[in-house]
Amino acid sequence: MKHLLGVENLTREQAERLLDRAESFAEVGRRDIKKVPTLRGRTIVSLFYESSTRTSSSFELAAKRLSADVVSIKAAGSAVDKGESLKDTIATLTAYDPAAIIIRAPQAGAAHLVAGWTDASVINAGDGKHEHPSQALLDVFTLRRRLGSLEGTRIWIVGDVLHSRVARSCLMAFGLMGAHVTLCGPPTLIPRGIAEATGANVTYDLDGLAEADVVYALRMQHERMSESFVPSLREYAARYQIDSRRLGPRQLLMHPGPVNRGVELAPEVIDSSQSLITEQVESGLVVRMAILYELLTGSDRARPKGGPMSADAPPRIGQPA
Amino acid sequence: MTAPAPQNGPSWLLHRPGDPAQVLIRGARVLDPRSDLDATRDVLVRAGEVAEIGESGSVEAPERAEVVEAEGMMLAPAFVDPHVHFRVPGHEHEEDLETGTRAAAAGGYCAVIAMANTEPPVDSAAVLGSVRDKALTEASVPVGFVANVTQGMAGRELTEMAELREAGAIGFSDDGLPIRSARVLRRALQYQRLAGGVIALHEEDPELSAAGVMHEGEVSAVLGLTGVPAVSESTMIARDCSLALYERARIHIQHLSARASVEEIARAKAAEVQVTCEASPHHLTLTDEEVRSLDSRFKMNPPLRTEDDRQALIEGLREGTIDCVATDHAPHAPEEKEVPFEQAAMGVTGLEQAFAVLHTDLVLPGVISMELLVRRMTQGGESFGIPAPRIAPGEPANMALIDLEHEWEVGAGGYESRSPNSCFAGRTLTGRVMMTVAGGQVAFRQRSFAIGAAG
Repeated sequence: MKHLLGVENLTREQAERLLDRAESFAEVGRRDIKKVPTLRGRTIVSLFYESSTRTSSSFELAAKRLSADVVSIKAAGSAVDKGESLKDTIATLTAYDPAAIIIRAPQAGAAHLVAGWTDASVINAGDGKHEHPSQALLDVFTLRRRLGSLEGTRIWIVGDVLHSRVARSCLMAFGLMGAHVTLCGPPTLIPRGIAEATGANVTYDLDGLAEADVVYALRMQHERMSESFVPSLREYAARYQIDSRRLGPRQLLMHPGPVNRGVELAPEVIDSSQSLITEQVESGLVVRMAILYELLTGSDRARPKGGPMSADAPPRIGQPA
Repeated sequence: MTAPAPQNGPSWLLHRPGDPAQVLIRGARVLDPRSDLDATRDVLVRAGEVAEIGESGSVEAPERAEVVEAEGMMLAPAFVDPHVHFRVPGHEHEEDLETGTRAAAAGGYCAVIAMANTEPPVDSAAVLGSVRDKALTEASVPVGFVANVTQGMAGRELTEMAELREAGAIGFSDDGLPIRSARVLRRALQYQRLAGGVIALHEEDPELSAAGVMHEGEVSAVLGLTGVPAVSESTMIARDCSLALYERARIHIQHLSARASVEEIARAKAAEVQVTCEASPHHLTLTDEEVRSLDSRFKMNPPLRTEDDRQALIEGLREGTIDCVATDHAPHAPEEKEVPFEQAAMGVTGLEQAFAVLHTDLVLPGVISMELLVRRMTQGGESFGIPAPRIAPGEPANMALIDLEHEWEVGAGGYESRSPNSCFAGRTLTGRVMMTVAGGQVAFRQRSFAIGAAG
């Protein structure tokens, strides 16, 4: 594996391998000295065109735990602010010969494009409403630790599917690991064609929620909405909020964060023993360490570097042979 | 090609005057559906006109005529494209009349109609005059220019349509944008009785398509891209056909992309609305599956739709619901396409590959006949008053000589167009235009194509 661009192009074997690797890093995390020298001397660039707390901080910490040098660039205050194109920004950053570029961008396919412009491994940390593969992997990791396996589990993804890259990546990742996924939300926030395209069940009310082993609530993405998709947050909450009345005692609750308290989740379930939200954040670190490790230490990564003085450089015109 | 001009009026099509063609094309299969001709013939062009058509080997080459040995090739009337963007004035770094008509000639076209969504747009006689003047020195293929329907393409006030028509506007269009207001379009349709000229319409309801970047369906659902539903096109077509019927006006619907749109046109034609329409080579051969790659070369407006929509377009082409093929040749600079899909400019080039794409994907597999393809590629001017060219004695020479077996890779030898944004780049196609005679002049010869002199 050279890049992690999406769950769509992952095989189950690759995913399992990443998760197993993450388990071994979880063991490292319990030591007093949590740092390993694996990526010493290698440079990792983290390029965020959108705001992020947990993804950017956990990738950065993951890279540091692996002893890599990290350069973090936020769109605000960088040349991007001055109108530099993505292609030119990548050309500039590639000059530092990074081993990996972690990119979050508001447009679908940004990471795919970057992968075509650089020799570095590219990690998609969220591209528009398209994919967020590291989130889906950490969610699978969290569930696997709790349940042993996802095979045959029923997972309901509830809320604003239309604007959610997490929903798309999770839908594919849960399916890849053998779970049955149901998408539930207001009809205006379920993309047309998603059931046909993915084989997921689609429903517009929570009536059947009792069948779910796991309830994955999505964040209402006000920031991606330029218009009203639901009449009011009040009506949304009345129909779709996961509260202690709707969440059964044996069901697990997940949320990618940050939570809109009182909108998609009632405060009492966030802090309940069924909630895996804190564990998701913890998993984020080890899963992202595993991603960096797998991409950067794979066997195909050894790149001999021939500089201008290297022995087999062809003679230049006019140069004495 | 000659165009019927009103008494003492302007010519609708303009190009750079040059030496009239003197050429004998020997032994080609001559296919002209309108002359009921499909046979091996010698065709002599003298002084830019078809002078003689005879049995193979029977026509003598006059002195100083070029002789083309064309055995095994097809000679057809050259194509007419009612929908191209030549970016003049304002975006000459993407295309100008010289490069645009070179692309047209390389694709076998003898006439093209340039849209008016330039910078500034062609909404005044002054701008129209300037581009028409340029065509007289730069265009190797005759070009007609539409003028805008509304001032500044803002969709509010009509342009001075009567004056623009007298100044040579071949028709009217705000292409690139729909005419959002039914009231404004209705006024334009009424005013057509005075000004003349067909009104060509880009159909899209911005209320439904706003912010959309691809077809709304299974692929957009997975990619998380905002979709443009097919109904954003078909509902506007229904509205505008109703208006045209009410005002007894003539309209031409541009770039159909959806089954629902074909069905609206079929209904309108049955109700005797004076409506014609076009479909593009990319909508006839590609679907939204291509967008899975998130390659911005597959971003255009209207978007590529589903296989069902594509089949409906092919059926419409076959049955005549769709009158003609139009490329919607839309050149864009590389920096407008080397960006994430959602940010990329909409549009693809098409003139150089149109015939080869449709020949490879529709004619060779037996989906449509060669005769039908030639018909639909040659009658794009009819809605604008430009009859389809013919290969018949006394007719001005407008013909394309095509090697139907020649395989070539799109883009491998570069493009005649100034812009490289072809959605067929890298594909190997079968069938290549070897020579184009447009408006009585030789406009294009394939570089590798040997010619001989009489003698």
